[in-house]
Amino acid sequence: MSNLTLTRRSPHIEARSWLEPVQAMLRLSFRGGPEAIAAASTSFGVALPTTACRAASHGARSALWVGPDEYLLLAPESDDISVRTALTASLAGIAHSIVDISHRQAAFLLKGPHAEWLLGSGCPLDLDLAAFPVGMCTRTVYMKSEIYLWRTAADVFHIETWRSFTPYVVDHLVDAARECAA
Amino acid sequence: MLVIHCPYCGPRPEPEFAHGGQAHIARPQDPTTTTEDDLLQFLYLRENPRGLFRERWRHARGCGRFFNAIRDTTTDFFVTTYKVGERPELPGGAA
Ligand SMILES: [Zn+2]
Repeated sequence: MSNLTLTRRSPHIEARSWLEPVQAMLRLSFRGGPEAIAAASTSFGVALPTTACRAASHGARSALWVGPDEYLLLAPESDDISVRTALTASLAGIAHSIVDISHRQAAFLLKGPHAEWLLGSGCPLDLDLAAFPVGMCTRTVYMKSEIYLWRTAADVFHIETWRSFTPYVVDHLVDAARECAA
Repeated sequence: MLVIHCPYCGPRPEPEFAHGGQAHIARPQDPTTTTEDDLLQFLYLRENPRGLFRERWRHARGCGRFFNAIRDTTTDFFVTTYKVGERPELPGGAA
């Protein structure tokens, strides 16, 4: 496997004033109990949040709470080997699961003064800053597609979609944007 | 929109949830002593009450976890939701 060089191609997303494609990155689905979470926090370099629906970042790495024992770990592609090696070493003998889902998802930023409104066109969550503050993240739906939603700033949402659903999600957002001429 | 309280994530909109049927159905422990009637009960027979009902739900598009709820089948009102393994009692006695 080590000789196999894979090129990660993300679905093409056209940049707009309110939409910014995120370059390919390492995505790991991590699951484990309190002991595994503590070990992964040390080796990954980001304290995995134990509060529901919260994300934590350190440098270019982030850990998003997805479920009570489930996290989405994000890191630059160049950290691929070092992240895996460190995690595997620190988790030896501790029950856990790590699944590489780098290729499964594609990400983009929804940003600007209309970001909340645009997302509201297909997401049933209360997206007001008071109900969905900066640093909050969750898995949810946009129209009929599952998305990971993470508010990284008051007017910036990091959105992850399953890659084959990316055109569906983006097209619906583009459609919504025609209404507010964002 | 109907808002359901996930025991892990808090109040969330109904489209994120999936209904999982009657709660607290236990699989017969010992196959060697399980009778046909036990299996019939376990596999097929379910309550269908008018009023309070203990149900399984799953936060399918959120944290993904199963949990239980007490819902009034006549009004769709969720009395409470709770984690698997718990069983809160109700004044008036739910099913
Ligand atoms: Zn939940």
